Amino acid sequence: MTAGAVADQRRAELPRRIKTTLHPTDRIFHAVSRVIGAMVLVLTGAIGLFLALQMLPVLHHYGFKFFTMQDWNPEQNVVGVAAAIVGTIEVALIALALAFPLALMTALFITEYTPPQLRSTLVALVDLMAAVPSIVYGLWGFYLLQPQGTHVARWLAEYFSFIPIFKVDTDAHAALWQQTRFTASAFITGLTVAMMVTPLACAVMRGVFAQAPPGEREAALALGGTRWGVIRSVVLPFGRGAIIGGTMLGLGRALGETIAVLMVLSQIYKINLRPLQVGGLTVSSLIANRFGEATALQLKALLAAGFVLFVMTLAVNTIAGVIVTRSRSGSATEI
Amino acid sequence: MTEDGTALLYDTTEYPQLVFDRGAHLDAVNISAWFGTTKVLERVNLSMPPGVVTALIGPSGCGKSTFLRILNRMHELVPSAKLAGEVRLNGSDIYDPSKRITETRRRIGMVFQKPNPFPTLSIGDNVVEGLKLNGTKVTRSDRADLIERSLSRAGLWLEVKDRLDTPGASLSGGQQQRLCIARSLAVSPDVLLMDEPCSALDPASTRRIEQTILELKDEVTIVIVTHNMQQAARVSQQCAFFLAETGTPGGIVEAGSTSEIFQTPRDPRTADYVNGRFG
Amino acid sequence: MSISSPLRHSASGRSAASLPGEVADAPRVLVKRSLDDRLTLAGAVVGSLALVWLLYERVLPFSGAVGFTFCWYFAFVGFFTGLTAMAHPRPIVIDRLAQAVIAGAAAAVGFALLATVFFTFARGWRPLTELSFYTKDMTGVAPTDPVSKGGVLHAIVGSGIELGIAVVVALPLGIGTAVYMSEVGGRFARVVRTVVEAMTALPDLLAGLFVYTTLLVGLGLQRSGLAAAIALSITMLPIIARSAELALRVVPGGLREAGVALGSTRWRTVWRIVLPTAAPGLATALILAFARAAGETAPVLIVSGASSFLNLNPVSNPMNSLPLFIYDGFRSGQPRYIERGFGAACLLLMIVLLVFIVLRLLARGRVGKSR
Repeated sequence: MTAGAVADQRRAELPRRIKTTLHPTDRIFHAVSRVIGAMVLVLTGAIGLFLALQMLPVLHHYGFKFFTMQDWNPEQNVVGVAAAIVGTIEVALIALALAFPLALMTALFITEYTPPQLRSTLVALVDLMAAVPSIVYGLWGFYLLQPQGTHVARWLAEYFSFIPIFKVDTDAHAALWQQTRFTASAFITGLTVAMMVTPLACAVMRGVFAQAPPGEREAALALGGTRWGVIRSVVLPFGRGAIIGGTMLGLGRALGETIAVLMVLSQIYKINLRPLQVGGLTVSSLIANRFGEATALQLKALLAAGFVLFVMTLAVNTIAGVIVTRSRSGSATEI
Repeated sequence: MTEDGTALLYDTTEYPQLVFDRGAHLDAVNISAWFGTTKVLERVNLSMPPGVVTALIGPSGCGKSTFLRILNRMHELVPSAKLAGEVRLNGSDIYDPSKRITETRRRIGMVFQKPNPFPTLSIGDNVVEGLKLNGTKVTRSDRADLIERSLSRAGLWLEVKDRLDTPGASLSGGQQQRLCIARSLAVSPDVLLMDEPCSALDPASTRRIEQTILELKDEVTIVIVTHNMQQAARVSQQCAFFLAETGTPGGIVEAGSTSEIFQTPRDPRTADYVNGRFG
Repeated sequence: MSISSPLRHSASGRSAASLPGEVADAPRVLVKRSLDDRLTLAGAVVGSLALVWLLYERVLPFSGAVGFTFCWYFAFVGFFTGLTAMAHPRPIVIDRLAQAVIAGAAAAVGFALLATVFFTFARGWRPLTELSFYTKDMTGVAPTDPVSKGGVLHAIVGSGIELGIAVVVALPLGIGTAVYMSEVGGRFARVVRTVVEAMTALPDLLAGLFVYTTLLVGLGLQRSGLAAAIALSITMLPIIARSAELALRVVPGGLREAGVALGSTRWRTVWRIVLPTAAPGLATALILAFARAAGETAPVLIVSGASSFLNLNPVSNPMNSLPLFIYDGFRSGQPRYIERGFGAACLLLMIVLLVFIVLRLLARGRVGKSR
């Protein structure tokens, strides 16, 4: 064999180096889209950075008491977000306590108990419910839910006051009970926010339940299982990720809700661990109420409070995303 | 158990004993089936006695699987599905309104083409899940015993006895299918229906499962749908040949003992099929 | 061992059932719920109703319609479970119990939705019947003036202008980013995607606060429709970008390969093949973002004032919008203002409903076309 042939043979066994050059149009395409991406990155990222940067002067001025003080009294230079953060979590937890079971059971109802012809209609109804603006739910909460809700709150205060969170500082047993002590409470606010959170969580859960593998469903039925047996053995284990993920997504929404809180909750600048009692505060309602008369420094403080809120919602949403994508149903879900 | 062999009241056996009483006699009487307005099965009559493995053979699309699913009331899960005729388990019609569907499905079990163990459960939990679905209580000691006996009957015990806590989905295809067989056996059925159980498996697993079928036949009545004629010849004692000409509903052309069907078939179409001239 | 009768085919190929003397077989009716089950259900309903009625005001310490409904429901579940347990084994009882509870929860949710819609229309239908509601703004309308005077024209127009500007800004940027993330990709694209996903978690109030602080306070601009539009577009942008990227990802890779294999550039493939294929999904993303932005109150609350006059200039002077009008009316406490607010809320609901109907028609059209 000649040297050339040997070299050829060797070349045939090694991979070739190939250069791919982009067509000029594509080079422009790539550049332009990269610029757009960068613009959006800067725009959206700037907000996060901006909020974060407010923390520095605020902490410098008010110190770490910013996180532990409850009062918001700018004139006396006392400013703290403790009440707001506690209140935000309080309202969100109440909303979740109602929304989680309702969303789960509604999702199960749609996928397991509804005849196929009605299913798409019900799905559309749930999505419609999610699209109703918060202000409409706020109106509903204030004018319709509140009168009824105070009765429920009073019943809870009357019979369950041995549990401290159900206490109210008024005599619930009195024949002429003070309804005003039960209005505009974290409880009523939580109920209103639950209306917004339920369809959101329900949509995520339902989407995954509908994809539970039919082979496993048939196996459960063929073993003599009832409909509930199929749900318990197949649907719920399969949808575990979506149940948690959907709930956390709802939690994120509940934490950031502004308008319903503004309309229903009565603002007090103290931590109120009695959700049935009037008064409370959330970060978003604090900001919305106080931004108007805020000096430059107080505005920074409000922004810092907003940053804390953003960190909370970001953390919750991120965890939700991770849980859903890691779960068995992950590849098929989008939240 | 009443005289005719059916349980009129639900038998809340607290301690399932995996007692197989020779299986039960299953009869299909004048079964016709529709999907919407399309008729897919025409007047099928078949008797499936205990102690005998009945194979349903025939080319694809002639209604074998549909017929099988009618036998344990899975056919009606499809919204447009309809049927006529009776399926008698030890003489009484399972489609009678007084019969509870869940009890029927427990007594007539099914193994599917694609193995479907419950992935979130361990091997041991998979075996007893059927009992949970039925509401039968199992005590701790009985549970271990039941798992061992079901897995032994399915021919899987020796391979998994040291890893009962590992997930059911971590087994190979053939092992998963045997796990599904064990799971079906754990609820003490009278009849076991198998819908092409080996078509997704390799030859070694197939051989193992055929062995299991032959070991089980005296305890459970077995009806198996198979595309594989040699498998039918190996495993069954009675065969029914299904056929559907284009545009007409499917039905049984000829049924009889396996040796008759394969060696001395009466219908020319049967002869053509078993000799590989079509299908 | 019995031998089945062979399949008979008459000479013309008709099925056996049509031979003379045979009764054609007809499908069986499979009864899912027996008479016993129906009676159990009816009995539980009536029995629980009777029991609660008797005991309600007298013995049980609750009052009001809400309490009555709850008590009735719980009593019903109790009765139903008890009655079922008398005739059926445990798994069936649990199954029925689960069904009753799940159906009850779904009914509660459905009822809440219906209550919201009906309530809004019940309180707001009267302004909707006045023509002036749609054609006039609130200039010179005193608080005690009847609803026939004044309207929400300025709010409708304001909403339209603000949303229009927001869409013009957010849509190209959003889809462009989506194209970048999906078609070009790379390490930087992954960073962009992470940040965009993070920003979908931003509460809308903070977007408004950001615009307030930077543009209004920082740059000294006035409250205006433009500021509100910017706040809205900041809210919409991450959502559009993410939904659009999902819509693009669903387009099968085979289509892109086919385009390139025909000698097309990447850009042409995207423009002529990928984007049109993803168009329905992109439309859905846009419409949903639009519907959501239409109801956004928090950001506009901060950066645009609730004016009472019609303002077509987005750059100067406050511009009202539907959600802001509603909130303002609510805050005022004046019954007439509140009533007009409810009327505006009805309008908002109708917009949302319209959006959904359009989406469903689009979706159905898509299914029809793909066959």
